[in-house]
Amino acid sequence: MKQKKNIGNYIITVILSILSLLWIYPAFMILMNSLKKESAISTGSVFKLPTAETFAGLDNFIDAIASKGFLSSLFYSLFITITSVAAILLFCSMCAWYITRVKSAFSKIMYLLFAFSMVVPFQMVMFTLSQTADRLKLNTPWTIWIIYLGFGAGLAVFMFCGFVKSIPVEIEEAALIDGCNPVQTFFMIDMHMLAPTMISVGILEAMWVWNDYLLPTLVLDIKKYKTIPMLIQYFRGSYGKVEMGPMMASIMLTIIPIIIVYLAGQKYIIKGVAAGAVKG
Amino acid sequence: MEKALKKSAPIFVLPTLIAFIIGFIVPFGQGLYLSFCKFTTVNNAEWVGLSNYKAALTDASFGRSFVFTVLFAVVSILTINVIAFGLAVLLTQKIKGTNIFRTVFFMPNLIGGIVLGYIWQILINCVLTLVEKPLLALNSTAGYWGLIILMCWQQIGYMMIIYIAGLQNVPDSLIEAAEIDGANKWQALLKVKIPMVMSSITVCVFLTLTNSFKLFDQNLALTGGDPNHSTEMMALNIYQTFYARAGALWKGYGQAKAVIFCILVISIALFQLKATRSKEVQQ
Repeated sequence: MKQKKNIGNYIITVILSILSLLWIYPAFMILMNSLKKESAISTGSVFKLPTAETFAGLDNFIDAIASKGFLSSLFYSLFITITSVAAILLFCSMCAWYITRVKSAFSKIMYLLFAFSMVVPFQMVMFTLSQTADRLKLNTPWTIWIIYLGFGAGLAVFMFCGFVKSIPVEIEEAALIDGCNPVQTFFMIDMHMLAPTMISVGILEAMWVWNDYLLPTLVLDIKKYKTIPMLIQYFRGSYGKVEMGPMMASIMLTIIPIIIVYLAGQKYIIKGVAAGAVKG
Repeated sequence: MEKALKKSAPIFVLPTLIAFIIGFIVPFGQGLYLSFCKFTTVNNAEWVGLSNYKAALTDASFGRSFVFTVLFAVVSILTINVIAFGLAVLLTQKIKGTNIFRTVFFMPNLIGGIVLGYIWQILINCVLTLVEKPLLALNSTAGYWGLIILMCWQQIGYMMIIYIAGLQNVPDSLIEAAEIDGANKWQALLKVKIPMVMSSITVCVFLTLTNSFKLFDQNLALTGGDPNHSTEMMALNIYQTFYARAGALWKGYGQAKAVIFCILVISIALFQLKATRSKEVQQ
């Protein structure tokens, strides 16, 4: 009986290992080709490893970094992601605390509107949103976080509300009796208790903002500012021959930081996804 | 408590509320209104009643994109959820290295739709060259299956995590009780585990359903709707109506399509939630 079980587990491990290799393969293929010389990248030889003759070292990566726009795109993407996520975490947790603790018609309507906004597809608002952003001068990387706060509020408020409900009101009341005003109560008591949720929400929102393509394309002036996804799409859409080597190297350069962050914080990321799903 | 809090309402609510009004309420209301208008920018709108809707509903390309989206959604929802659930069951067995497998399967989720689309376009085109078939730009069958494979690759890991969390919440005592009553592994899975994780199934089906219908980036990057709009999904179709053609009528026309699309997504999502929620058991 015990041996049978061992064989079963062995088979499962083998199946999972094969699947894992398949899962990694596409990224691995891009990495292999980004190390080849431009002339050696063709549809016929794509699946082959680079040989001594075709190996280009890090040339493609250096080209990609040196190419116009890569570093500034990286900076815009980072800046937009950090400001948007920070704003979402701070303001949405405050808003969620208020609408959970104060039971009024206003709170109820807000809650329903936030929940509603999560299901609405972006195409419904894309044209009017970009025009509104233009009119209010929110069409720069420095101000686009306001748009992200507005459009990302639905998910964040919804998740925070779920967690605020599990914080006992008595703790907050005790703080009030001890002389805290509501603002102090929130920052000194609830902020700490919401910290794990902050990480979950922060990760989900960061994944969204970092990878978002359509919103920044429509809102930002593409001639002046490009985020990483915009840059990749722009490369491909441009006329003339696309140089495959630097292209694949820049794909790798955009993936590698994400993978490093993921490996470092995977415990939180996986917990965040599971927690987000339960509340959502 | 409530009284003290109400006084400081502006500090807590206003920042989010203002951004929400700018980022969602106003564009949504305006979008709804403009779907009945002829316009090129928000300022030159002219009321035309239902004619945008009439044009949208009689547009063959919109109907075709709807059919394509539904075909895509059905197959991708099934494959993603079945495989993700299967992996979750395997990964909750007592085997070594579950953490590594979980990490690997989840990874593609972090890569954005545009980059994913591009990676798979290179890969699929190379495979098609090797088997001497037309490339993605001329091959709508390959485009369809390419999208399915891409979505599976991206989403299975995410759904798997949710299923694992659900399966880990099933109390061992329930499984043991079933085994004592004579249930074999399959019966324990079908009759105990699946009903107990019904709430995870609701969430995953909801997420895959809305993701499939709203899919845009991957569609744009992998096929761009080629050949001849045959792999165009609804979101991309709306985008093309807005930005790829000229003429005063077109924008109102795209907005009408967007409203139809929005109503469709919301009603399908609500219907699905109701259908699977009713199968959930109280713990």
